[in-house]
Amino acid sequence: MTHAAAAPSAHDDTHGHPPTSTGLDNKKIAIWAFIGSECMLFASLISTYLIYKGRSVVGPYPHEACLPPGCSTPLKAILNIPVTSASTFVLLMSSLAMVLALAAVENKDQPKTTTGEKILGSSKLWLWMTAILGATFLGFQAFEFTSFVHEGLTIRTNLFGSSFFTLTGFHGAHVTAGVLWLLTLLAIDYRRGLGPKDAINVDLAALYWHFVDVVWIAIFTLVYLIK
Amino acid sequence: MATTAAAPAYPATDSYVGESGVWSWLTTVDHKRIGTLYLFTSIFFFLVGGVEALLIRIQLAGPNKHLLSAEAYNQMFTMHGTTMIFLGIMPLSAAFFNYLIPLQIGARDVAFPRLNAFSYWVFLFGGLFINASWFFGAAPNGGWFGYAPLTTLQFSPGLNIDFWVLGLQILGVSSLAAAFNFITTIINMRAPGMNLMRMPMFTWNAFVVQFLLILAFPVITIALVFLQFDRFFGTNFYTIAAGADPLLWQHLFWIFGHPEVYILILPAFGLTSEIIPTFSRKPIFGYPVMAYATMLIAFLGFGVWAHHMFAVGMGPIADTVFGVTTMLIAIPTGVKIFNWVFTMWGGSLKFTVAMKFAIALVALFTIGGISGVMHASPPADLQQTDTYFIVAHFHYVLFGGSMMGIFGGIYYYYPKMTGRLLSEKLGNWHFWLMFIGMNLTFFPMHFSGLYGMPRRIYTYDAGQGWELFNAMSTWGAYLLAAGMLIFIYNFFVVGRRGPIAGNDPWGAGTLEWSIPSPPPEYNFARIPRVTSRLPLWDVKAPALNAEVPHTDRGDRRLDVDVGSKHAGHSHPNPANSYPQQATEAGMHIEEATGKSAKDLGIPMPNQTIKPMICAFGMTVMFTGLLFIHKDKMSLAIATILTGALIMTLSLYAWVLTPLEDHH
Repeated sequence: MTHAAAAPSAHDDTHGHPPTSTGLDNKKIAIWAFIGSECMLFASLISTYLIYKGRSVVGPYPHEACLPPGCSTPLKAILNIPVTSASTFVLLMSSLAMVLALAAVENKDQPKTTTGEKILGSSKLWLWMTAILGATFLGFQAFEFTSFVHEGLTIRTNLFGSSFFTLTGFHGAHVTAGVLWLLTLLAIDYRRGLGPKDAINVDLAALYWHFVDVVWIAIFTLVYLIK
Repeated sequence: MATTAAAPAYPATDSYVGESGVWSWLTTVDHKRIGTLYLFTSIFFFLVGGVEALLIRIQLAGPNKHLLSAEAYNQMFTMHGTTMIFLGIMPLSAAFFNYLIPLQIGARDVAFPRLNAFSYWVFLFGGLFINASWFFGAAPNGGWFGYAPLTTLQFSPGLNIDFWVLGLQILGVSSLAAAFNFITTIINMRAPGMNLMRMPMFTWNAFVVQFLLILAFPVITIALVFLQFDRFFGTNFYTIAAGADPLLWQHLFWIFGHPEVYILILPAFGLTSEIIPTFSRKPIFGYPVMAYATMLIAFLGFGVWAHHMFAVGMGPIADTVFGVTTMLIAIPTGVKIFNWVFTMWGGSLKFTVAMKFAIALVALFTIGGISGVMHASPPADLQQTDTYFIVAHFHYVLFGGSMMGIFGGIYYYYPKMTGRLLSEKLGNWHFWLMFIGMNLTFFPMHFSGLYGMPRRIYTYDAGQGWELFNAMSTWGAYLLAAGMLIFIYNFFVVGRRGPIAGNDPWGAGTLEWSIPSPPPEYNFARIPRVTSRLPLWDVKAPALNAEVPHTDRGDRRLDVDVGSKHAGHSHPNPANSYPQQATEAGMHIEEATGKSAKDLGIPMPNQTIKPMICAFGMTVMFTGLLFIHKDKMSLAIATILTGALIMTLSLYAWVLTPLEDHH
């Protein structure tokens, strides 16, 4: 019972605050609650897309060719699965880079001798890699959106256009926010260096990033792969 | 009240009084001050909603009255519902979440004090935003449920619905941010020994409500985003001609809307569960079952939404399933009612104003609950839906339930918040006027409803058998208004010079009563070590607490480290959790010392204006969208970008500044 008095001790790294009930950082719990909430957000978007699937009265359609009178000129199925498969691969690889970035930050203090250790231990490299892969995914999405508009599908065209652009646009906005978050971490890394003490903050970005990635797996499967 | 006599009286000024002045309120990050801001703001909005209700009742007092035009009447009932739900009951509950959760779990603040300030400012700006519509003569007029396609641009071309959609989006941000904060606070900032099954019942209810908030609000966010996109960008989510499903909005709205009902009632249940044991001098009956019932209500609450939609013709299977799940909710709710009754049974009851309000909740909510079970049956519902019977039902649960519980909570916790007691004499006038007025207003509505009076009609012809019941309802509304005036007088005038309360005027058993009233900025000079569900009774009245379990099993569990890196930082085991050893184990009563956090070396977060600026920027951003319909595209874009810039810059400034000075 020597600890009965809650007076902070000098060498306590909680800065005089009482320890947390779970031993976890507050931010870690908050981000999981946030992710839980985001699940409902995307569940609502995805459900609406699925409910409206096949209900558009005019083309273009995602998986079927569109012939007159549905479309003024014959149109083939609009979703480009090979291109989206490539962008999906890019996004999945960004999650790998994110894992390496977090590991590099956590192990910043450990001595690195071989070239391999130095590469794996560079938080800047892996944060850049994650951000660039994320930005590449966004580039693919911009290309996809532009080509759809050229083929005559906008957010106003039909139910497919409305629900598709809103769903994937929301996901794209989440990726954009993630890229900005990564760039912010990079700016801090360049200014003062990220070390093990910052691992919790990188961990939050990583959890968010992986979540956005997992949502894309659901979207890719439900929207693109399943006819 | 022997326990009260034991507490030394002291002048309120002895207690630590923080800075005052407008700037200190704009920059505060103290959960107690933010709770106070929530309380005052929501009482203001509650009065606004009350005036709207009064105008509705004056209009309907007799047949063929034309105080309000049909259009003004639509605005009135829409804003009455929207205001009472989103700007009245929810933030009144939030006031108690803010004030009480940290005190009840033995913490010095919430997990994210600045996010907490942000939540309040977003709520304030959102409330002002929606109500600003009155000044443009364009208050929302589509009902608080805003059914699309009625609310799409085709059928509601004015700015009215724009104000409503954008206002609700702003308010949603506030609720979500607050919910993340409270979940983290409750999971992670409990005092040593305060394991989950020792948390006060109010904190339990608050905890469950936060999960309802984070899971229900994203759904209405998306429903509103669709409506926003339809109105501003020409999408087709609710365009029937494009093949849209006319029920999409109803499903999405009620998937949010039904959990929302429990978001409104569970905090009041929590307050009642604090008041009744205290004034019965007994621990609550069936504590674990109360906690489980709360969780079960919340869980089932996500599976009943379509009972709001029996009349749309979903078919026999859907009707049956949703009818049955709805009736199931009566079980955990009934458990709560019986547990309150059994708590009072055999107790030494003390009928304070708070207790009267709490008992009124038990009685009136039961009436509302029973009429709820009635229209859980689809055939009965088809007769009752869209009539005044439904209006009677939900006012019995929201006014008879939520508001009675909240008023009880205000009388119960006012001494904790201010250090002074409200007048019990005026409180009794307030209570009886409210109780009689509420029954006189809403009970006749059951009959006008069963006689076929539809909801939302702005006037009616004589000779349909509705005159008497409507006249009664209007007289009841006058009594409610009189009761509210007495409450306002009591709260703002009499209470300021009321008798000094001391730490624990009621002889309660939970942690918030072990510290001075009003609590010092740091709440607890020493974090208490909790020994049972009613730690203060362990110290002051162990006999009352004899049958409450005092096992140390839960405490030992706290010794298990979740992250290996934090070894040594988890709570030491308060090994002896028996009442006679409570004081040794660290449960103690703190007297007012007048010492500041600085005197005691307790780290406190710095005050900051940034959350308010960030909330302001966000509101500006949403306001920009309004200009789209005025065909001022460049003004809209400029406003949106300005708002976004303010929001982003203040957010970065906020996040990159440490919460407190380094030491």
